[in-house]
Amino acid sequence: MKASLHNRNWIKATQAILLAVAVCFSVGASDSSARYDRLNHQMMCSCGCGQVLGECNHVGCPDSPVQLAELRTAMNAGLSDKQILDSFVAKYGATVLAAPTTSGFDLVAWIAPFAVFLAALLGTILLVRHWSVGKKTQVPQPASTPEMDAIRERIRRETGSEGSY
Amino acid sequence: MATFGSLSLLIALALAAYNLFAGAVALRLIATGQPAPIAPERLADTARRAGIAVFFAVTTAAFALVWSVFNNDFTITYIMEHSNRALPAAYKFAALWSGQEGSLLLWCWLLGTFGFVLRLRHKTDVKLYAYAGTILAAVQVFFLAVVNFAAPPFSLLRGAIPEDGNGLNPLLQYPEMVIHPPMLYLGYVGFSVPFAFALGALMMRYPGEKWIRITRVWTLVTWLFLTGGIFLGMHWAYAVLGWGGYWGWDPVENASFMPWLTGTAFLHSVMMQEKKGMMKSWNVWLIFSTFLLTLLGTLLTRAGLVSSVHAFAKSSIGTWFTVFMGIVLAVCIFTYILQRNHLHAEHQLESLVSRESSFLFNNLVLLTACFVILWGTLFPILSEYVQGSKVTVGAPFYNSVAVPIGLFLLFLTGVGPLLPWRATSLKAIRRNFVLPSIALFATVIVCLAVGVRPWKDGAFDAGNFYALVGFALSASVFTAISSEFLRGAAVIAKQTHRNLAAATYLLIRRNTRRYGGYIIHIGVVIVVVGLCGSAFNRNTEKELALHDSMSVGPYTLECVGFTQDSNANYNSDYALLDVYRGGKKQFQMAPEKRVYLASQQPQTMVAIHSVPSWDLYVVFEGTNPDSGQPIIKAFLNPLVSWIWAGVVLIVLGTFVALVPSLTPAAAAVKTAVPSPAQSVGTPVLKGGD
Repeated sequence: MKASLHNRNWIKATQAILLAVAVCFSVGASDSSARYDRLNHQMMCSCGCGQVLGECNHVGCPDSPVQLAELRTAMNAGLSDKQILDSFVAKYGATVLAAPTTSGFDLVAWIAPFAVFLAALLGTILLVRHWSVGKKTQVPQPASTPEMDAIRERIRRETGSEGSY
Repeated sequence: MATFGSLSLLIALALAAYNLFAGAVALRLIATGQPAPIAPERLADTARRAGIAVFFAVTTAAFALVWSVFNNDFTITYIMEHSNRALPAAYKFAALWSGQEGSLLLWCWLLGTFGFVLRLRHKTDVKLYAYAGTILAAVQVFFLAVVNFAAPPFSLLRGAIPEDGNGLNPLLQYPEMVIHPPMLYLGYVGFSVPFAFALGALMMRYPGEKWIRITRVWTLVTWLFLTGGIFLGMHWAYAVLGWGGYWGWDPVENASFMPWLTGTAFLHSVMMQEKKGMMKSWNVWLIFSTFLLTLLGTLLTRAGLVSSVHAFAKSSIGTWFTVFMGIVLAVCIFTYILQRNHLHAEHQLESLVSRESSFLFNNLVLLTACFVILWGTLFPILSEYVQGSKVTVGAPFYNSVAVPIGLFLLFLTGVGPLLPWRATSLKAIRRNFVLPSIALFATVIVCLAVGVRPWKDGAFDAGNFYALVGFALSASVFTAISSEFLRGAAVIAKQTHRNLAAATYLLIRRNTRRYGGYIIHIGVVIVVVGLCGSAFNRNTEKELALHDSMSVGPYTLECVGFTQDSNANYNSDYALLDVYRGGKKQFQMAPEKRVYLASQQPQTMVAIHSVPSWDLYVVFEGTNPDSGQPIIKAFLNPLVSWIWAGVVLIVLGTFVALVPSLTPAAAAVKTAVPSPAQSVGTPVLKGGD
């Protein structure tokens, strides 16, 4: 009964925390230059410096000021993000995009890491389970004696842990 | 001096070749027991001595190059291309590793130095060291062959000898550049040693886990150098490149990060082998992979396969590295297949929720991160092969893919130490995880309350979201590790009647490896907090006339002067900016732009004012040619100094982990309480790793 009440308090506390988090999440902020920043960070400077367009700063760069001006013009003309990016690809080539697109072969770039991660995660879980099962069938549990139990209890008492270290 | 240097390198190659050949023959004779005209042990010792002599020969060559730089010997092509008369002395020294040939010579010298130490310590285990020394000699033969035939640092200039050299790349004329490359190379080259031991131990079917204990210090020191090198590179990029960031996922950066990830995985998983005799094959392959990745990184950046802001020019050494990597991989696979039954391990796990499992998942995440970076680095090549056109794989890709993996790793950093070996109970989980969970949720609420929200203009903001998760996990992990320290220290304090600080010190001394590791984890947490700050970077740019001002965050910058200066090495333009906060002058900054005379290359010198909450980072972008006025870009970068503080802790933690723990007897003396009677028979609690 006491344990049940304790668990119910835990659930209530968790619910309250989650509710507080949800309320805070729903409150948004506003920044008008965010779109410009976001777009200039999705493209590369085309001068060959290898820097993201919004961060290219090398002195006397012939391309980044031009590209940034084009971006401003395109935004002012009311083009959507996709239209802007497409127009840059048409003018500067696919390498102007700072990351692969999510279509065609480029999609493989995005899928492979997550596929590998999931496969490895699954493999690790299966491996751990396999080894755990093997252990259960092969190794008998050590006998529990009153002396051993007393030592374990003392370790728990002194270290406040399960005593497994 | 060029002839002297070239001859030294040739002698070094001959000695390394002898070490390899004689060492291999001697080991073969010992293994088969065949009769020979010379005792195999004596032959092996001559091989070892030849290996020691390699160090002296390469040191002579390196000295010859440095001597030539200091004496402005522009008859040597390398000196002409990477130095000039006006170059300050420290940078002349740095010219040794500023170009391809010189950096490969440095590589050879470091390899020779590691080999020298290894061969001097052969009495630790003569046979194992003989195997390791012979394998290391094979690596030395390769690198010495490269510097002798493919990228010779002493090749002479053809035609007229110029009066002055081209000078050192301006990007490299910065104090950290004098130590960053050697540090990084120490990390790269250092992994050759655990590789040699692992392969040697496998070849000779070395019994037990002693080879892991022998190489532990090597691996940890190497890992420390690599870590230091990577972070020095980050700091250099931050302070010199002037783009306001420190990590751009450039292929060269990635090349250094990949072996770091596999090396980190190795440092964790060897504990499984030491404690439980598990993962023997896995550990061998982790160290093989780490060594191969150091070679792959060199191949990628020096062969022109990928474009990078600091890749060396395309050269023929790519073929050399490809062939060598192929040979190394083939030898590793062949040896593994031949000796795999020696690596048979009893894999026993009692629970999915245990320290052992957390190490497995830690390895999974580290290797997935390594794969993601390798995949992103190689995808442009793959895309060109498949589609016929290259694509760019830049920061947005890595931030989307690698950051979530990194956060998962941070989660495991906190969870792992809370889980006991073998198995855990629900009660223990609940007790150990209460505080970290409270810290996590409290941080989320505080962050949201102060405006760290994953929604911006009604749209999802990934940067803010990751920062929020990063802050929350960091708080949670910090609480978890701190509570581990406090719990252990409280027990010791109670037993020995010491104060908590003294008890904490004793706790660490009792198990330096475990608590050094925890200190490293706290350092990682602090680094992550610093990285999360980048989600809130702000910047503004303005052309400033005299007494014009600009604002960024709480600061107002007023231009009180802009002028020019010059010396024998460079001309510079700089602005003097008074910085105000709350209407009160705080300090002055002087961002600068230099044009180096020898190379005629411009370079920014960023002015940085760093406090724990943020960096005020000011760049002299250039001068308006019409008005002659400076264009200033100012950044407010939150929490950057936390990154460097975290690195200091990581270094400190590594040093702690390198110190041997107190032996049980010494610990018993340390824990002796004032009353002698009380200490008699007091059992010493000694933790595990």
